[in-house]
Amino acid sequence: MFVRLVYESFRRQKRRKLLAGAAITLGVTVATAMIAVATDIGDKINRELRTIGANLVVTPQEDTLDVEIGGVNLKPPSDGAFLNEADLPKIKGTFWHNNITAFAPMLPVTATVQRDGKSEDVTLLGTYFAKPVAFGKEEFSTGVKTTYPWWKVSGAWPEDSSRQVLLGERLAARLGLKAGDSLSVSGRQLEVSGILSTGGVEDDEVVAPIAVAQEILRKPGAVRRVYVSALTKPEDALARRDPKSMSGPIYDRWYCSPYPQSIAFQLAEAIPHAHAEQIRQVAQNEGAVLTRIEGLIFLVTLAALFASALAVSAAMATAIFERRAEVGLMKALGAGKLAVASVFFAEATLLALFGGLVGFVAGGMLAHQIGRSIFDSQITIAPVLFPVILVIAVIVTFAGSAAAIRKAVGLDPVFALRGEL
Amino acid sequence: MNGKAFDSAQAVAANREKVPHTSMFVRMLLRAAVLRRGRAASALFAMVVAAAVTTAMLNLYVDVQAKLRREFRNYGANIILVGRDGASLPPNAVTQAESVVAGRGVVAPFALVVARTSDGQAIVVAGSDFERVRQLDRWWSVSNWPGGPDQALVGVRALPVVSPKNQAFDLSFQGRTIHLTPAGTVHTGSSEDSRVYLSLADFIAWSGVQPSTVEIAATGSSEEIAAVMRRLEQAIPAAEVRPVRQIMEGEARVLGKTRATLLAAAALIILTAALCVLSTLMGWVFDRRRDFAIMKALGASDRLLNGFFAAEAAALGATGALVGFVLGIGIAAWIGRVNFHAPVVPRFSVLPFVLAGSMVVTLLSAILPIALLRRVQPAVILRGE
Repeated sequence: MFVRLVYESFRRQKRRKLLAGAAITLGVTVATAMIAVATDIGDKINRELRTIGANLVVTPQEDTLDVEIGGVNLKPPSDGAFLNEADLPKIKGTFWHNNITAFAPMLPVTATVQRDGKSEDVTLLGTYFAKPVAFGKEEFSTGVKTTYPWWKVSGAWPEDSSRQVLLGERLAARLGLKAGDSLSVSGRQLEVSGILSTGGVEDDEVVAPIAVAQEILRKPGAVRRVYVSALTKPEDALARRDPKSMSGPIYDRWYCSPYPQSIAFQLAEAIPHAHAEQIRQVAQNEGAVLTRIEGLIFLVTLAALFASALAVSAAMATAIFERRAEVGLMKALGAGKLAVASVFFAEATLLALFGGLVGFVAGGMLAHQIGRSIFDSQITIAPVLFPVILVIAVIVTFAGSAAAIRKAVGLDPVFALRGEL
Repeated sequence: MNGKAFDSAQAVAANREKVPHTSMFVRMLLRAAVLRRGRAASALFAMVVAAAVTTAMLNLYVDVQAKLRREFRNYGANIILVGRDGASLPPNAVTQAESVVAGRGVVAPFALVVARTSDGQAIVVAGSDFERVRQLDRWWSVSNWPGGPDQALVGVRALPVVSPKNQAFDLSFQGRTIHLTPAGTVHTGSSEDSRVYLSLADFIAWSGVQPSTVEIAATGSSEEIAAVMRRLEQAIPAAEVRPVRQIMEGEARVLGKTRATLLAAAALIILTAALCVLSTLMGWVFDRRRDFAIMKALGASDRLLNGFFAAEAAALGATGALVGFVLGIGIAAWIGRVNFHAPVVPRFSVLPFVLAGSMVVTLLSAILPIALLRRVQPAVILRGE
């Protein structure tokens, strides 16, 4: 009888059930989409923040002081220590290799540019543009194209294995050169593949594949420093502690959290004779920005959950309120309060499960669409959220119906059947 | 008819003679709200919540840009002034720049030379205004800012070179020597770590070199910053004005994405809230089909009935929107305090939108059921079928 009641109720009142079901579906859709966006927004914004540049730098341990003003290096070029280029792929072998989006080695050298019989000393910066690097079986491409997305090149980016270079725009204007011209640097003929504009000191420099700089310096494999762009977690009290003073489990937790400090620590471990640290201007501030945006979206998600819970409750209350006469009839035929309430709750559960299922799928699609149109990347919803969402949908539907059901079962059947309150 | 309704009917009859006919309309509106307090309250509640959430979201959407821009200013300068072709800036460059920025940002001068330590090591020495640097470069991790004359802020990598035992040290530049005491260390992870920083007064008195760079962190939208740059170019023709593209582009991207996400969220939330109001109100109006039928049976014209329910909906919408607006401003201010540690400024420009939106939704939810009911004979409704 109970099953028949519920079944017939669905069969005969298709419009009402559809309305209530639609409200639940919509609520769950919004909730799912917002939860998916909120859980993923940290990662997405983190990637956007990487456009501000590298947040970690690896330098040789025994390095002498930098003597550099406005990008012009005044230190004798072969002075100080170097890293070995062959060690660099090990960066991708650290525990947090998936968080390291790119790295770019730098080797600034002083070179002489000959042009129309005049010669001028300029800084030639050797680096990777988009160099394919292999570590173990993993292959990836890395370089300044990824670490410094604000570098604009008119012309073409040079090949990393070629003798092509980029010329800073101010230097190019001074020398009267354009893309495609050839240039004589310290007795070597190099081809200018493009003109580089960065708004920084590189506008006065020649940027070349690192092999060219190593050749001019006569130090094969030498790298002055490496800039690393990593996705990090905002710093907290644990992050700032000195790893040497930590006990076992706390040290493990520190080591296995992507703090700027712990990634720097692992980089220094991976590369021999290296010292790694965060570039505070980038690393410190991105933590702050990330925390703010995550907090904002979290609060907004709460608002969305609240609004959808309310919408579901309102729809359920209305649906039940409209069925007073039915309740009156059931009670007049001798149904107890419990029997009446259980019919309603069973219906609510069915609606919630169905609406939850459809809403979850629709919400996943909506989140995907938001991710594609705003961030140009996927926002995927974790399947583990499905049962959570279903349970929430059932609870909210119950909570929304509870007041209306209580009121309905408390009605005097006579008044209810006459349509009066 | 139950007792309460009967009483009210009697009261209406008693008052009818005294009160002018026009107030019947108002009376019906008020009575409907008072007699079905519970349902009217739940409809009003839905309206208030929807208006509050909408107000809060719109307010946040308008304000978030300003809030995040402030966070981004912690990245330091977004404009740099340098002397053309490596020359020093004119001595009045800082005051000029300050007057252009006019309080909407921080201006800090930097002068740099390469000096020698007492054992002949080359080291970069910088002169600046510590008070301004402190505001401009908040990420500097400084153990102790220098306060007195001839005190120096020493980079963590420079410290072992110039003052391994934290003792006073000498620096010489073009034959002139300065005697400095280290006040504290600075750690930034980049070139500052290899430098020694002095106050600008000490620096100029010692080296005679004027600032060559002025760093400016200007607040405002990208158009405002572009305007500041144009005014700087006019005010200080001897200087080259460069944007720090790295900061500006990153900021624009992150702000754009955050706003877009917030807009999507706001659209979803407002849609849900509107649907919630729609379903509650439609339920409420539908529920009163007996009132409707009685009015119709007593000879009320379609126009009067439409007007009645529309007026009721409009009153509900307006009340809900106003209360919700105040509440929403409160929510936005709270979110601002919790998340950004600064209040979100109430935007009264949002009010017309909230008000108009509420009206549209409430009117829609009144008119739709009425349009359905109008086709039904009053007798059928009154018989409860």
